[in-house]
Amino acid sequence: MLLIRRFEERSAQLYGMGLIAGFCHLYIGQEAVVVGIQSVLQPQDSIVTAYRDHGHMLACGMDPKGVMAELTGRSGGYSKGKGGSMHMFSREKNFYGGHGIVGAQIPIGTGLAFAHRYKEDKGICVASMGDGASNQGQIYESYNMAALWKLPVVYVIENNQYGMGTSVARSSAGSTYYGRGQGWGIPGEKVDGMQLLKVKEATKRAADHARSGKGPYILEMDTYRYRGHSMSDPAKYRSKEEVEGIKETRDPIELFKTYMTKTLKISEDKIKEVDDEIKAVVLEAVEFSKTSPEPDVSELYTDVLKEEVMS
Amino acid sequence: MTLLSMTVREALRDGMAEEMRRDNTVFLMGEEVAEYNGAYKVSQGLLDEFGAKRVVDTPITEHGFAGLGVGAAFGGLRPIIEFMTFNFSMQAIDQIINSAAKTLYMSGGQMGCPIVFRGPNGAASRVGAQHSHCFASWYAHCPGLKVISPYSAGDAKALLKAAIRDPNPVIFLENELLYGVTFEDVESDPDHILPIGKALIRREGKDVTITAFSLMVGKALQAADILAEQGIEAEVIDLRTLRPLDRDTIIQSVMKTNRIVSVEESWPFAGIGSEIAALMMEEAFDYLDAPCVRVAGVDVPMPYAANLETLALPQVETIVEAAKKVCYRS
Repeated sequence: MLLIRRFEERSAQLYGMGLIAGFCHLYIGQEAVVVGIQSVLQPQDSIVTAYRDHGHMLACGMDPKGVMAELTGRSGGYSKGKGGSMHMFSREKNFYGGHGIVGAQIPIGTGLAFAHRYKEDKGICVASMGDGASNQGQIYESYNMAALWKLPVVYVIENNQYGMGTSVARSSAGSTYYGRGQGWGIPGEKVDGMQLLKVKEATKRAADHARSGKGPYILEMDTYRYRGHSMSDPAKYRSKEEVEGIKETRDPIELFKTYMTKTLKISEDKIKEVDDEIKAVVLEAVEFSKTSPEPDVSELYTDVLKEEVMS
Repeated sequence: MTLLSMTVREALRDGMAEEMRRDNTVFLMGEEVAEYNGAYKVSQGLLDEFGAKRVVDTPITEHGFAGLGVGAAFGGLRPIIEFMTFNFSMQAIDQIINSAAKTLYMSGGQMGCPIVFRGPNGAASRVGAQHSHCFASWYAHCPGLKVISPYSAGDAKALLKAAIRDPNPVIFLENELLYGVTFEDVESDPDHILPIGKALIRREGKDVTITAFSLMVGKALQAADILAEQGIEAEVIDLRTLRPLDRDTIIQSVMKTNRIVSVEESWPFAGIGSEIAALMMEEAFDYLDAPCVRVAGVDVPMPYAANLETLALPQVETIVEAAKKVCYRS
């Protein structure tokens, strides 16, 4: 969680300095969601999400250097600088993006789950979306097929309360997202997405359900994004007090820190040590992202098509 | 090697069956493909041979199952996604373009999406505006896709097999009116495939080049017969693949004939014919003895009435007139 927080704080700085451009959607505030989910996944499981994806990538073990260098558009980035903030992938970590069209990752995740079952590799797919994406029609097309065919997929709705500048109350009829699978018989539950251990427990239940052949499961993570929708969003649709209130009472890192010090009796010094290590990792990533060269101009024309044909 | 006689429908079915026998990651998914044996019976018998795991009936949910297919391809399978008609692919076009076509590039070459989207394209007969749309130029516009539109049974089979083996997303545009047509050009060898991106000269001629694809190849050949009676030898090029377009074959032909007519049933604006006209300006301008002429569908939604529908689509006579025009004959 701390790595994601520190990484993204630095990303914001680099954006301000003009080293990162275009769209850059920060995950700060939502860290417990991906970390809790990742803690119960198995190596063969796959993950897919939308464009607020830096946290997912770091949580699944992708190299911060490669992620940061992609943000700066350099050849050392995960997509050789051709994808940007919203489009990174790692076959090695079974991370399937990084998608910029709101909701499109959900049929894709359903297809990854279809492939898990087809190949009988005992894998599941965790497909994440925001509260905003939850109103796209293709979500419900996916729910239907996943339930019909009992596909091993966990749908995670990261309800951070705003789809860009539109609050949940203004965008969504009905009071829950987790209950929207009811018509198809898909179980769902609401989870305090600011509490790491709650996320972990719920994800374990959902993953076990999906892995055992019972079909999809929906988790609605009640969370909050501290920053604007993207770097260009001043977030005037909510009050400062609202944001500060969440930071003071529900910050996922502070909550877990309290748990570590009070319950696990881990010393402040030890925590500081980890924080320092993380800061060094992030600084190294920043340095790499500045020194990695821009892609060679010949890269403009590569990777449009794969040329080899299976014989 | 023997050449077999069969319908385009049977050739497509055999092509899929052979590839499914060869590679167990290949599966077919779409509306009515399994128990109904295909809305147009193209998948006849496949459920019996391969079972419900590999021949999958979907709900009517094009956007969803197209995206599911893309995810399955990312996950290591080789899906064949059938659209009952390509008209319905417009529901799914975001997944085809944004997810299937662009991800290889966006991932710096990491991902790849080996998937075939196939089904009948263009006008059939009296099915009205929403079921008669030709998507050739829509998909051919997009980098990251290959677009194939065959005419004969032999080409349909050999190119579909090539599409299934290709590591890229391929749009495979069939034609309902051709499904029942028999051709004696189907190679019996299950290893026979055709290269994607190669046109075929179906009739040689020295006076005018006519390019066409899919159903319009037949009309162009009929037009060539009529033109021959009038002393004009037309060279008919079956484009077969629209992206990548076989520019060399077209240019070489025009260097010989110095005149060109393009034929397609889609609308003229920004169509395949527009691309060929641009190709002529850029690469063959000095060889042209007449401006190129586009024969295309009329620039209106497809009408239902029989007489209006006939007027809206390119006919043999339209092609004959266009060829005579570029030859300055009346």
